[in-house]
Amino acid sequence: MSQIAATLDEALGAITDGCMLVVPREVSGVPMDATRALIRRGIKRLHLVALPTSSLQADLLIGAGCVETLETSAVSLGEYGPAPRFTAAILAGSIKMKDATCPALHAALQATEKGVPFMPLRGLIGSDVLKYRDDWKVIDSPFGNDDRIVLLPAIKPDVALFHAAMADVYGNVWIGRQRELATMAHAAAKTIVTVDRIHPGNLLETPVLAAGTLPGFYVDAIALTERGAWPLPLPDYYTADAAHLAEYARMAATEEGFAEYLDKYVYEKQMV
Amino acid sequence: MNFRPEELLADQIAQLIGDVRHVAVGNASPIPATAALLARERGNGRPYVSLLGSPKNTFWTDGARELFDCAGQGRIDVFFLSGGQIDGHGNINLVEIGDHAHPKVRFPGSFGSAYLYYVVPKVILFRTEHSRRTLVRQVDYISAPGANEPNVFRTGGPVALITNRCLFSFADGRFTLQSVHPGHTVEEVIEHTGFDFDRPDHVPETPPPSAETLKLMRETVAPQLAELYPQFAAQVFGVGIPAA
Repeated sequence: MSQIAATLDEALGAITDGCMLVVPREVSGVPMDATRALIRRGIKRLHLVALPTSSLQADLLIGAGCVETLETSAVSLGEYGPAPRFTAAILAGSIKMKDATCPALHAALQATEKGVPFMPLRGLIGSDVLKYRDDWKVIDSPFGNDDRIVLLPAIKPDVALFHAAMADVYGNVWIGRQRELATMAHAAAKTIVTVDRIHPGNLLETPVLAAGTLPGFYVDAIALTERGAWPLPLPDYYTADAAHLAEYARMAATEEGFAEYLDKYVYEKQMV
Repeated sequence: MNFRPEELLADQIAQLIGDVRHVAVGNASPIPATAALLARERGNGRPYVSLLGSPKNTFWTDGARELFDCAGQGRIDVFFLSGGQIDGHGNINLVEIGDHAHPKVRFPGSFGSAYLYYVVPKVILFRTEHSRRTLVRQVDYISAPGANEPNVFRTGGPVALITNRCLFSFADGRFTLQSVHPGHTVEEVIEHTGFDFDRPDHVPETPPPSAETLKLMRETVAPQLAELYPQFAAQVFGVGIPAA
């Protein structure tokens, strides 16, 4: 049995309408080929968890009407400005937003990774981030003396989806130093990975590669998508396509321009 | 003036950083990143500088959470935050303007502020648009508060706010005007600030960066910035991205 799927669409089969999908931040290996494939398939009502922030990926999925709930700490295009479709959706009230702060998302996934129901976190008290999260609680630390602390319920994603440099035929995936990808995979019921290439041999055989490897035990499906993070970067391999991101920011500023962007780069319609 | 406003701000921030072990810089912070790299150049490799999102300028091997775990243990001395709004109590708003149910303006989100503001001893606030729109009496949404009740665990918080017009220090829940940048005036600062602040009888002018500092920034720091902030490095320093 191999996790390596014949096609990208086949690998993405476990991502169904309404599922909770966790994806990595804009610089950690964002599966953009897979994101475009999900939009083409017409995925709906996603509960998207971006660990802990997002840029183009969340903006595209929101603009294409794929997202019902967004749980993250920030969405922006960084140097290229605000994320236009995210901003428009919030102002229109068309998505449910669960504003968080970065370490809260890391901690809530670590709770699931450890199989415990919640994780405590410092900070947050006195903020409106906490005020508007009725799923978070404040308790007196049972080990302290008048020491209030926030508890975050575990986040249990249905699927983790990310892009990495390489996998082997045993389903092992080399994630390098992007260790949050391992946390995502440990926490999710299923993990789907796209990779730039297939590594000959077994990634767990040599200690140097094994230390940066997510074992195939945690991986359900793999698809080969060369430069699959484009136009976002793959850390230690390639940088972002700055010209393309600037073009996106320009086009997505209006609904019409965003529709044109989808036609050109997602549906890949031939321009007349 | 033979320097750019960004160079003056970076020089000032580098001085605020002081003698510390670890400076971390978050998303969308090119001027603080310039300052942190400048401090590292001056200190011959110290402090440790972590630029979030830059594989070349982070030592993390435990993933994106390592920054926050480091901060939680007190292993980050200086961090930088901004805000769509900042108020006179040091509260920052990175989320929205208007009523929460129907906001008029939406910003990207709180990032790590609702945690880091509490646990990093020196948080330097920066906002390059100094206006009554950005520096307000009371923020519409508190991403992170400037202060807490005594029984809330807090080892960190704001120490300063630098803008395109001036430098404020922050202590005991209030801002104090420290200096006004060349070409700007105290009257102008009062006119464009929405909150009350303290000020001495005589407010000094912010000193310009030295020739030596400018050389270091332009020749050594700017090329290092281009990896993470290509547009900023090009616009401010005229530095391009090195060919891959």
